[in-house]
Amino acid sequence: MNDITEHGYSRRDFVKLAAVGGGVVFASALPGCAGIQQSTSGGAVNADFNFVQLSDIHWGYNNASVNPDFTGTLLKAIAAVNSLANKPDFVMFTGDLTHTTDDPKVRRMRLKEFREMASGINVPVRYMPGEHDAALDRGEAYQEFFGSAMHYTFDHKGIHFIVLDNTSDPAAILGDAQLQWLKTDLTAQKPEQPIVVFTHRPLFALAPQWDWATRDGGQAINLLMPFKNVTVFYGHIHNAHHHMTGHIGHHAAMSTMFPISPFGSMEKKTQLLWNAEKPYDGMGWRSIDAGGAAAPKWVDIALTKS
Amino acid sequence: MNRRSFLSRAALTPVAVGAWVGGAAYQATSQTAPRRIAIKASKFEFSPAEVSVERGSPVTLVITATDYAHGFNLSDFNVRRDLIPGKDVELTFTPDKAGRFVFACDNFCGDGHDDMSGVLIVREAPAGA
Ligand SMILES: [Cu+2]
Ligand SMILES: [Fe+2]
Repeated sequence: MNDITEHGYSRRDFVKLAAVGGGVVFASALPGCAGIQQSTSGGAVNADFNFVQLSDIHWGYNNASVNPDFTGTLLKAIAAVNSLANKPDFVMFTGDLTHTTDDPKVRRMRLKEFREMASGINVPVRYMPGEHDAALDRGEAYQEFFGSAMHYTFDHKGIHFIVLDNTSDPAAILGDAQLQWLKTDLTAQKPEQPIVVFTHRPLFALAPQWDWATRDGGQAINLLMPFKNVTVFYGHIHNAHHHMTGHIGHHAAMSTMFPISPFGSMEKKTQLLWNAEKPYDGMGWRSIDAGGAAAPKWVDIALTKS
Repeated sequence: MNRRSFLSRAALTPVAVGAWVGGAAYQATSQTAPRRIAIKASKFEFSPAEVSVERGSPVTLVITATDYAHGFNLSDFNVRRDLIPGKDVELTFTPDKAGRFVFACDNFCGDGHDDMSGVLIVREAPAGA
């Protein structure tokens, strides 16, 4: 509980979120987090809003020993988001919308089905690819369904949002062209401009031996370093995970499809089997309070049975 | 190779020159060549998936991708390389710590990519060896 209030969510917010579909709410402790929240900026920010991060949907995955409700968990998450009393301004999907397949036809079918389901969300939605969607054809199929932009920016109520694509190149890189684009974009920003980055893989080398890294992600972090208020929300690792590189927080969200062992808990990356005692354990989504001039505050919300 | 062509090559391929210099130094100080271990990389496994070596003894992994430009990443020893289908890629290093270390394919290669990994087992050198 203390962790949650430390992240800026009051007990009342907590109870409200907890009431969503009977969901369990938690925010993990993050060293240094209370510190960054207190930092303020001189920018004109009107950032009193929430947004939602949904990640690693893996539509098409069908291993029932890991998730017997593999057709239901995305809908559960969508229902929970749609019933939020405090409507989010938008939902961001941070990649792996579909589970990979070597068959381009099946890939398109999964992307199409996913898009149909996501259209049931009652607020605006933004997308980006993960390697399961885009790495085998460099995003060709993804772009047919979600448009040509796989990295892009948008501004919303005083926050500059940057979407970085570290998956459509099978080498798990941003690449020089995108890094140059990022540099140009950041040149136009003031140092006190609050920035939120969405990406799929961790930008820092969380665990390269588990393919949890972006080979040139450190260059993006270096470009972001001069900005006082930067937060990165990503997916890929199917764990709620929180890490600081200097003053920049990196927050991985849970998957709505299957949890993966936390790094270090097993020798190899392993999908965690369904636990009938704790159904939906480790699957979930994230609500984020934009935080205004201070850093965003996040709450990770687990899926539950009812 | 005359000095001039050596220099022009040096300007073009500093990595290769570093290996050449290192190789020369190595020959001067040691009698044993690195132990060579062949590993095959194909969708979606490394074979063998477990490789045993000794701490402190140089080893050359000779990795051959059969069907795709897989990656090889042994991050605990800062060893990574893009593999080239049909070609042997040699990685020489001296493991300086004992234990079990996971290596993985880090170029997304398809359905089974997330399970394409192996383990390098580094044993302590026998006492007195
Ligand atoms: Cu991923
Ligand atoms: Fe994923």
